[in-house]
Amino acid sequence: MKVLITGIAGALGQETALMLRDHGHDVVGMDVRKWPSAEGGITVHQVDLRKRAAEDVFRREALDAVIHMATVTAFAVRGEERFRINLGGTRAVFEHSRTYGVKHVIFVGRHTFYGAGPDAPLFHTEDEPPMAMATFPELADLVAADLFAATEIWRIPELTTTVLRVCYTLGPRGHGTLAAFLRGPYVPTLAGFDPLFHYLHEKDVALALLRTLEKCPRGVFNVAGPPPLPLSVIIRETGRKRVRVPEPLFPLLVGRLGLPRLPRGATEHIKYPVVVDASAFQRTTGFACAFDQSATLCAYRKAFPIQK
Amino acid sequence: MTQLDFADIQARVDRLELPFGPLGVDPYGISKRHLARGFRVLGAFYKHYFRTRVRGIERIPQRGRAMLVGNHSGGFAVDAGMALAAAFFEMDPPRLAQGMAEKFIHRTPIFGSWACRTGQFTGLPEHAERLLEDERLLLVFPEGSRGTAKLYRERHSLVDFGTGFVRLALKTKAPIVPFAFVGGGEAVPTIANLYALGKLLGVPYIPVTPYLLPIPLPVQVGLYFGAPLRFLGTGNEDDAHIAMMVDEVKQAIGHLLEQGRTDLA
Repeated sequence: MKVLITGIAGALGQETALMLRDHGHDVVGMDVRKWPSAEGGITVHQVDLRKRAAEDVFRREALDAVIHMATVTAFAVRGEERFRINLGGTRAVFEHSRTYGVKHVIFVGRHTFYGAGPDAPLFHTEDEPPMAMATFPELADLVAADLFAATEIWRIPELTTTVLRVCYTLGPRGHGTLAAFLRGPYVPTLAGFDPLFHYLHEKDVALALLRTLEKCPRGVFNVAGPPPLPLSVIIRETGRKRVRVPEPLFPLLVGRLGLPRLPRGATEHIKYPVVVDASAFQRTTGFACAFDQSATLCAYRKAFPIQK
Repeated sequence: MTQLDFADIQARVDRLELPFGPLGVDPYGISKRHLARGFRVLGAFYKHYFRTRVRGIERIPQRGRAMLVGNHSGGFAVDAGMALAAAFFEMDPPRLAQGMAEKFIHRTPIFGSWACRTGQFTGLPEHAERLLEDERLLLVFPEGSRGTAKLYRERHSLVDFGTGFVRLALKTKAPIVPFAFVGGGEAVPTIANLYALGKLLGVPYIPVTPYLLPIPLPVQVGLYFGAPLRFLGTGNEDDAHIAMMVDEVKQAIGHLLEQGRTDLA
């Protein structure tokens, strides 16, 4: 199968590309960033998805499937440009896919779509509405991109669309929001709160995408790895120290004194859990994660040790 | 409590038939470490402070889904704590009863976190159904916060029951084990409830006792479990039909309450 991965130069893009190639797929990549060490059998086009050159890639490559993971968070890009990348890019993927006969598009979204709150269900299912924007406005563009991708399920019936809401990732590449949050020796938490965090190993994300390509399911699915763990346990098992900060002081201290920077809205996400029910995905694709709770945390700890 | 009791608590936690992972946490985030610490405190109240008398514990299924449905009594959830302790200390193997907590608890620092780590989740239908589908023991007080707000003179009464618990039992085919908690009104003799102050503090109300603070008195309390009730249906029946089943549960709890009052007297 010939598969285009948008955002291939990112950690998850690379991991997925290598796994697909190793399983016999013909992998083509697209990214504005370089992937200088791209290995044999993987063609990378250094173009912006929203530009004319990107359409040429769709026209020339005769693609069977597209994995769209060229979206960015508020941690990486600020302001209107983020909206343009996430929404404009997603729109371009579906338009070109329809025009050039792609059969399957996989949109890689995030589980934070559901939002965090004291009265939210512990295990979110795919039929729940997005509540994230009420407390975390910086997620609005990602939520909108997710919903836009989901409308393509019925808007382009000849195309199989799979929307995946993937939980936090951890692993040796250090990719993602949780990995960045845990990077330093001290991790701030809100005093009196210890939410569950749902995560999976970077290689398991690639495996989940491989299974999605193989089974080609239409619909929206949550993707998760092993059962969630309290943030305090994750901090401890990755060799970090927890710094309990009273909530009123939290906005003043994050991003200072060696503590990680966070968007204002992210406070709710380290106060209350965002945990998903991924059973529909497991049933539909047969996905089972290869890395358990400890192995995933251990991989991260080894890759990012804290010097004592 | 003695050191031997602590070891016993740890052993009981180890014998809970919950799918704890290698880090001592189950898929819902329930932590063995928190359970052991929590039951040390609860055990002291259960065994020594309230000298809880328990009758009919064998009526709780040893395994599989079930709903413990009881009356509220006494200012705040002393009843829930004692029911939890009874299932943990009196059953063999021990079981963890999982209550459906008021929403404000999870907004409250420390309390919310401890509630989660010990399996006491916000009272949402999604939580209740999922726990029962996972063959857990659910603890339900259909009177809600109106039940804990009963004044001393109303302590033996039952206020209106919600109907959601019966629909849930029908939908999940879970047996209902009715129980009565006796003595809560004497433990926290509420003479008034301060609703405005409660709202200010983010809780439904603040109970006031003759000695002002809602600190429980060391009186004997009792838990009386009745025979499991099994209803047939889908949970989509009309309100009148459900109301009859709710009444049946309420009557069963009322009988147990009378029986308990006589026994404890």
